[in-house]
Amino acid sequence: MNLKSTLKKLGYAKVHKQMNDVFLKYTAKVVFLIIITFSINLFFSGHYTPGGGFVGGLLAAAAIVLLLLAYDLKTINKMIPFDHKWLIALGLTLSVFVPLVLMIFGQPFFTHQALYIELPIFGEVPIHTAVFFDVGVYITVAATTLLIITLLATEQAMSDSEGADRS
Amino acid sequence: MTLIHFAILLPVIAAVFIGVLYRYYKDVHLGWFVLPVPVLIVAYLFTLIPTVSSNQVIFESMQFMPRIGMNFDVYIDGLSLLFAILISGIGALVVLYSIGYLSHYEKLGNFYVYLLIFMTAMLGVVLNDNVLMLYLFWELTSISSFLLIAFWFNRERSIYGAQKSMLITMFGGFLMLGGFISLSLITDTFSIRGMMEQIPAIQENALAPLAIILILFGAFTKSAQFPFYVWLPDAMEAPTPVSAYLHSATMVKAGLYVVARFTPLFAFSELWVWAILLIGLVTLVWAAFNAVKQDDLKAVLAFSTVSQLGLIMSLLGIGALGVHSGASEQVFTIAVVAAVFHLINHATFKGALFMIIGIVDHETGTRSLKRLGGLMTIMPISFTMTVITSLSMAGIPPFNGFLSKELFLEAMFSISEADFSVLADVSVLFPILAIVGSIFTLVYSIILIRGIFLGKTQPETPKEPKEAPMLMLISPIVLTVLVIVFGLFPNILSGTIIDPAAMGILNTSEPLNTEISHWHGWDSPALWGTVAIVVIGALMYLFRNTWMPVYRFGNKIFTINNLYDQGLMYSRLGAEKITDGYMSGYIRSYLVYIFTGFAVLAVITMINTDMTFEWDTASAITIPEVAIMLIILAALIAILVTASRMVSIIMFSVIGFSLSLLFVFFRAVDLALTQLAVEAILTSLFLLAFFHLPKRARHEERKRFRLNNMIISVAVGATSIIFGIAAYSNRLFDSISQFYIDNVYDLASGGNMVNVILVDFRGMDTLFETLVFGLAGLGVFILLRLRVNRKGENEFEEHA
Repeated sequence: MNLKSTLKKLGYAKVHKQMNDVFLKYTAKVVFLIIITFSINLFFSGHYTPGGGFVGGLLAAAAIVLLLLAYDLKTINKMIPFDHKWLIALGLTLSVFVPLVLMIFGQPFFTHQALYIELPIFGEVPIHTAVFFDVGVYITVAATTLLIITLLATEQAMSDSEGADRS
Repeated sequence: MTLIHFAILLPVIAAVFIGVLYRYYKDVHLGWFVLPVPVLIVAYLFTLIPTVSSNQVIFESMQFMPRIGMNFDVYIDGLSLLFAILISGIGALVVLYSIGYLSHYEKLGNFYVYLLIFMTAMLGVVLNDNVLMLYLFWELTSISSFLLIAFWFNRERSIYGAQKSMLITMFGGFLMLGGFISLSLITDTFSIRGMMEQIPAIQENALAPLAIILILFGAFTKSAQFPFYVWLPDAMEAPTPVSAYLHSATMVKAGLYVVARFTPLFAFSELWVWAILLIGLVTLVWAAFNAVKQDDLKAVLAFSTVSQLGLIMSLLGIGALGVHSGASEQVFTIAVVAAVFHLINHATFKGALFMIIGIVDHETGTRSLKRLGGLMTIMPISFTMTVITSLSMAGIPPFNGFLSKELFLEAMFSISEADFSVLADVSVLFPILAIVGSIFTLVYSIILIRGIFLGKTQPETPKEPKEAPMLMLISPIVLTVLVIVFGLFPNILSGTIIDPAAMGILNTSEPLNTEISHWHGWDSPALWGTVAIVVIGALMYLFRNTWMPVYRFGNKIFTINNLYDQGLMYSRLGAEKITDGYMSGYIRSYLVYIFTGFAVLAVITMINTDMTFEWDTASAITIPEVAIMLIILAALIAILVTASRMVSIIMFSVIGFSLSLLFVFFRAVDLALTQLAVEAILTSLFLLAFFHLPKRARHEERKRFRLNNMIISVAVGATSIIFGIAAYSNRLFDSISQFYIDNVYDLASGGNMVNVILVDFRGMDTLFETLVFGLAGLGVFILLRLRVNRKGENEFEEHA
């Protein structure tokens, strides 16, 4: 949608063909999966190798922005039927609750615990409470970025339609 | 985490479930689900009474932030237990009452969530040993009180009252935090028990008077003492259950609690003793005097509450005097016992009175004394309860208010007889003030009974009056029965709860063995005091038309309320003026302010400190780094030269991506990754916002504008470079990275230092950064969606 209007203003008259670009749509789907997988990988590996909640969240948002470029906002809202504001609230709640829950087990605020468990296929897997805190960061970052971008996109769609009405 | 901690936090935990429940299930009144919470807590607290009344204290620690000494340490002695039982007990009754008072159509979810938050906050205040935690919960009571007063937020008076109460109590609370911090500077601990052990050190320290004044500010604002009481009458805009609970029975007594708690600590100071005693007495008389002229029933009760709080405060003052003079005489013990006893009594009779006023308001539709009258035959149960509780408030036998009022008079008389060199001249005033205050109390008590229930039936009430449903009557009936029971058998309280609480205030471990009796003999001055009060009060009521015009002499300009209003208005106008002076609405102006400020500060620092530059320790510059710097430079020049915005945006992201490459060369992989992701998002944001950007203004082409910008940017760039090199050359401290390298696995069992710092070592920072991030997103949402429509009203646009 936004790409379309951008192109329109730049003087490209026949943008509809551009928008129904099958290649773009198909590649976007595939690349989206790759980026999301990479984002999740980055997130989980964060405690031992480069990565973490913030980068992971940003990448997830970037992947969805890519979809936004290939499809329009309505499709995206159908694909991801969550209200971003609720996701922000959820993420923030999670990041506050993890340090608080630690207190129930007699630890001072924000003293993370680690646990190593044996899983059938994966072998020894470490479980950190820090991960749950980071999930909160991940969700908040991704949701906030998406909220702002989709808001701006909606604004633009609206101002486009208003302009069309006037002319 | 022990059962006590859980009991304190139970309301907040319940609030989460109540809030969710309300969204999906509305068939049953929400209050029924809330009711078990205070009932469970009060039941649990009752099991602690045997321990506490056998002179033991309960101490349970829970680590919160041990590094700065902020721990959730629960300390229960008689005093805290008494308050906790009042909070949860009255809380249970108020919740029950509110089920009848608030209809299904109100925002019940909000109401009960706020109420539960308040319950936790208040329990936290009275059961904490750590002053920092106490302050935390203290402010939480202010916030929940604010939310509850503003419950009907489309009424202007509600908003006004809520804002007033929050401004005044938070002003005091913040000063109190200063007091706590100065105390901890003296004693090096945040624990009240720890401070108690260091009384001599506090006594000698010059900071002590400051700490006393600051803590008293907190206590006086919260307990609505003169001259801060002005917020309480306006807080009556809250729903009546809230007024009964927060603004009469519990929250306003938090100040009394703090005074009682810190009396052993500060009793050495004359300032502490006299401030409490005098402010308490002045409040008592002034508020009782003002209560008589009110027309709104809740305003009468508000002023009456203020005056009763002043009474308890002055009693605590006498108790403090006892500790101060070191004489553990009968008088002081009596005063403290009277204070504790009156605290309980006030909660019972004032709670009941508030609930009855709520019933009258609910059933007739008005609270104005002028429009009410003759309801005795229509509302017989309410009438009976009003008579009992009002007479108890006025100190008429055989109700409980009489007993504590007599103890109060006795204490006031004995202190005037006792020989204190400091107050020999004014000591006669104390009993006189006490009696004057009590006379006015009697007068407004009679006005309450007579104005609502006796006299001619007023035909013009907005609703057809009828007796309230049983649901609303249960709670006031329970409290009224307590008024009678405590009045007839006061000694069921004295051993179990009054003595331990009084011992907590006096900080002794000797049993007091208090016996409260109804009859003190013919020679008791308190008896004649009571007789005088009744006779003069009755006469003043009968001849009220002759002296009531006295209230007309008051000047409307020289009132505390006016001072508050004007102060608020002028501070707002002043702030607006200053802000309008520099907030132009253009980001470029703000950037100019920020960068000019930075450059000026940097230059000043450079002049004042001698910097050295060492090039030996710097690492060698490699060819890839030079190449990237050249790319960045080229992109920069392109931005400066080009006239097209699109080109600038693309060049801008070229700089960003090159920077992330640079990070890779510096082996900061995390940074590089983050920079890449940020850059991708930023570019798409820029492109989205592209057409919202205004057209290039003409002044951007002006030479002066460009010259100014150039000077500022060159100055910022040059100073940054110089500072960077200088900071690298002169290290003031050792690098902390070694600590993280050593401990990253042992303390946090992680491998990636950067991420471990983010989520663990400095997790608090990340938490708040995340919060800022989320709030910024919501801020953008509000800015883009909230439009001001043509009428100037705000409205949200909803579109798909």
